[in-house]
Amino acid sequence: MSKLRVLIVDDSSVMRKIVERSLRQAGLDLGEVLEASNGAEALAEVHKGRFDLILSDINMPAMDGLEFLRGLAGVESAKGVPVVMITTEGSEARVVEALSVGAKGYIRKPFTPEQVKERVAPLLGGGQ
Amino acid sequence: MSSTLGESVQHTQLDPHWKGILECAAIEVFNMMAGTELTLMTEAPEHQEGPQTAMVGLAGALCGMITIRCQQETAVTLATRMLGDDAKSNPSMVGDALGELCNMVAGNFKSKITGLADHCMLSVPTVIWGEDYVMQMVQPNSGLQTALSCEGQPIWFSLVIHV
Repeated sequence: MSKLRVLIVDDSSVMRKIVERSLRQAGLDLGEVLEASNGAEALAEVHKGRFDLILSDINMPAMDGLEFLRGLAGVESAKGVPVVMITTEGSEARVVEALSVGAKGYIRKPFTPEQVKERVAPLLGGGQ
Repeated sequence: MSSTLGESVQHTQLDPHWKGILECAAIEVFNMMAGTELTLMTEAPEHQEGPQTAMVGLAGALCGMITIRCQQETAVTLATRMLGDDAKSNPSMVGDALGELCNMVAGNFKSKITGLADHCMLSVPTVIWGEDYVMQMVQPNSGLQTALSCEGQPIWFSLVIHV
């Protein structure tokens, strides 16, 4: 299987790096990893090309993760792309809402690379 | 792990059990995100020290702040474990990493207290560099602090709330 093209969306640059590092430590075969600091930037990246996996924070300025998910619904290149939400919130409601508008899973901070793999690998094609 | 406090939090009185919950939240976050085993200190220094402080505000059912304070070396070690060796030469990454840890400790803390998770919002983290400062919160307030050992060095966690 070819290397994964991944989009990581979070307003914290450190968190984006932590997520990428966790994906690598989890043993996922990453290719190009792009970053976006909010939903609007992420939507712009999705319009430019197809990703194999998108990980997104829920709480972000400008456009949050839920709006981003709703925006993805009309994008051809996003069809079938698994989106996994990352959140610190203790609020179940936000997670449930994310799942209802298209997210395929969620990861709650704090997390280990093993937990990231457990949540992400089943959503990818074989070989990961 | 959930708190055994039982009923929803509808007031802002400091509960003495929260010290243990804060310690538990910190131990979990540091273990999972930095691979570091924090342990209770038998003889903790009386006063907080260290030039690196991260803080996250609480608003809602609890109004206040959670802070983490440590020595520079400890902060660099934690950031390196979270982000790799690039952090050693990048002070901004060190501060941001401590801020993220504080954010996750605060999130983990509130999620352990029944009824608080949905009714307490967190601010984005703020990081202070330096030791010559005094933090003053609107009165009346009440708080607690605890020092845990991070590879032999103390790291302080504090919760101050407006009551």
